[in-house]
Amino acid sequence: MAEVLVLAEHDSAGEVKKVTLELLTAARRLGEPAVVWTGPGADAAQSRLAEYGAAKVYVADSADFAGYIVAPAAELLAGLVRAKSPVAVLVAGTTEGKETAGRLAVKIGSGVLTDAVNVTAGDDGTPVAEQPNFGGSITVRSTVRTGTPVIALRPGAVSAEPQAGAAAPETVSFAASDEAKLARVTERAPAEKGGRPDLAEAQIVVSGGRGTGGADGFKVIEELGDALGAAVGASRAVVDAGWYPHQFQVGQTGKTVSPQLYVAVGISGAIQHRAGMQTSKTIVAINKDAEAPIFDIADYGMVGDLFQVVPQLISEINKHKG
Amino acid sequence: MNIVVCMKQVPDTEMERSLVPGDNTVDRAGADGVINYLDEFAIEEALKIAEAQGGEVTILTMGPEKAADSIRKALSMGADKAVHVIDDALAGSDAVASSLALAEALKVVGFDLVVFGSESTDARTGVVPAMVAERLGVPQLTLAGKVDVAGSEVTIRRVTDDGVATVTGSLPAVISVNEKINEPRYPTFKGIMAAKKKPVQILTMSDLSLPADAVGLENAASWVEDFTTRPPRQAGVVVKDEGDGGSKVAGFLAERKFI
Repeated sequence: MAEVLVLAEHDSAGEVKKVTLELLTAARRLGEPAVVWTGPGADAAQSRLAEYGAAKVYVADSADFAGYIVAPAAELLAGLVRAKSPVAVLVAGTTEGKETAGRLAVKIGSGVLTDAVNVTAGDDGTPVAEQPNFGGSITVRSTVRTGTPVIALRPGAVSAEPQAGAAAPETVSFAASDEAKLARVTERAPAEKGGRPDLAEAQIVVSGGRGTGGADGFKVIEELGDALGAAVGASRAVVDAGWYPHQFQVGQTGKTVSPQLYVAVGISGAIQHRAGMQTSKTIVAINKDAEAPIFDIADYGMVGDLFQVVPQLISEINKHKG
Repeated sequence: MNIVVCMKQVPDTEMERSLVPGDNTVDRAGADGVINYLDEFAIEEALKIAEAQGGEVTILTMGPEKAADSIRKALSMGADKAVHVIDDALAGSDAVASSLALAEALKVVGFDLVVFGSESTDARTGVVPAMVAERLGVPQLTLAGKVDVAGSEVTIRRVTDDGVATVTGSLPAVISVNEKINEPRYPTFKGIMAAKKKPVQILTMSDLSLPADAVGLENAASWVEDFTTRPPRQAGVVVKDEGDGGSKVAGFLAERKFI
C-alpha cells in the first residue's frame, strides 16, 4: 500500500499534539501513514504514534527545524516526497503547518488544499478534501489535479481513533540548505497554556464580547467556561481593547471553531464574529440588546444583563454537578 | 527603500458571498469589491516603514478591471504608485498559480521589501506570502505583530498558534503582518485628490515570464469539484430575563444534555 506522509506536530520532549493523531486517522483512509518527525523527541513518541496506526516514522533530528522557520520542514518533506512517492502529504492546518504546506507545494509542483475539515479517498483513491468557505456558509469538495496532493487538516475536525501500527523508526539524515536558513529564530516564547481545553479542539466554547465591559467583567466568562469545562474565547472588540489575549479571538481573523455548544455572552454577533462560530452545533446567546444579530442564529437566546444571568447560570450548573 | 505591498481585492465580507455555479470560482460580480481588510494593515506598515526609513511604496494587485477602485483607495492612503496585473488568462488561478504570477511581477517591478496581509478574507489560505518567499528565494518573515528594519536586517515578532518568536533575515525579504500591528489610516481629502494623479502601471501575461499553461482556472493544481450551501441557521427561542434567566439557560443546557 502506498505511503501517506504525515508531518507530526509535537514539542521537543516528544509530546505529540492531538492534531497529529487526527492526521494519522485521516491518513489511514488514503494509504499507509508514515510520520515525518522533525527535531528531537521521536523515541518518547514512538508508542503513541504506533497506537494511532503509524506504519513508519521518518526521524530527522536536526536543530535546523527550531533554528529557522518553515523552510527546513518544507525542504525535508520535498526530499521525502521525491524519495518515497507518497499518495499524499498531510499537515496540521495550523499557521506554521499551512505555510509549510505552501512552500512544499511550490517545491514539488503540486496543488495544496488548506483548512480541510475532512479528507476521504475518492472513487479512484484520489484524496478528496472538504473545505468550509465564507465562514462556513459554503462547503466545497476539492481535489488536487497536479502532483502529490498536499493537504492541511484543521485541528479538531476529524476525531482521532486508535488503530495499532508498527511505527518503525527510520533515521533520515537532514541538514537544511542555505536557502532554507534565511529566516532565523533568535528567541521563542511558547504560547501560554492554561488548564482549559484548546479553543480549536473544545467540545464547548464560551465567548465574551464587548458587553463584558472590561478585563474585570470578562472574568465572569472564564468562570462560566470553567463551570462548563469549556474553552474560553473572545470577540475581536475584546481582544482589540486588550481585555483578553489575542490567541483567544474567535472570528474571521481569529480562530474558527465548531464545537458542540457555543455560548456567546455579551457578543452582538457581527458578521466578523459569526464567520468564526456559526458552524457550531448548538448556539446559546446572552445579550441585553434584543435586536443583536446573534439572536438570529442562536438556538436559545436570553435577553438580559449578563452580570445577572451568568452568575445565576453558573450556580445552576454547579447545582447540577452536585 | 523600495517597498511593494501585495494587495488583493475581495468580495465585501459584510455582504452575502458565494461561488459561481458551473466553475465554482468566487463570485466577484455578486458582491462589492473592497481591499482585503487584512491588507490595510500591510499598506499602513509599508507607509510607516517608508516614512521612517525613506523610500517608496508600490501597490501590487492581481485582479480584474474592477480592482482599479481598490488600487485608487490604497493610493489615497498614501502609497506612491501601483502596478495592476490584469489578464483574463489569470482568472481562477489558485494559490500556487497566484504566487507564481505575483513572484514574476515582483521580479519585473523590483523590490527590497514585500509586504502582505496575513491572509485574504475570501480564500483564507494564508499560504501565498510563504509561497512567494519560496519562489523568490528570499527570507520569509511572516505573521508579524511587530516589524523592525535596521539597515539591511529585518526583525519581526512572529505570532503563531505555537506562541511568539523573534525572527531575523536580510533584505530583500517577504513579510506578512497581522491585524494587531497598527491602526490603518483613513484616506484624507488631500490624499484622495493626490491619488488621482498617481501612476498605475498595467502588466499583462506578456510582460511576465509566465507560461500560459501555469495559471488560470483550467490549469489550477487544486480543483473545486462541487460545493454545497449550508441552509441558513434558523433562529430558535428568544426569551427575556425576568429574574430567572440564568436558571432558564441552565434548563436549556440540561435538556440538551450539556450539563
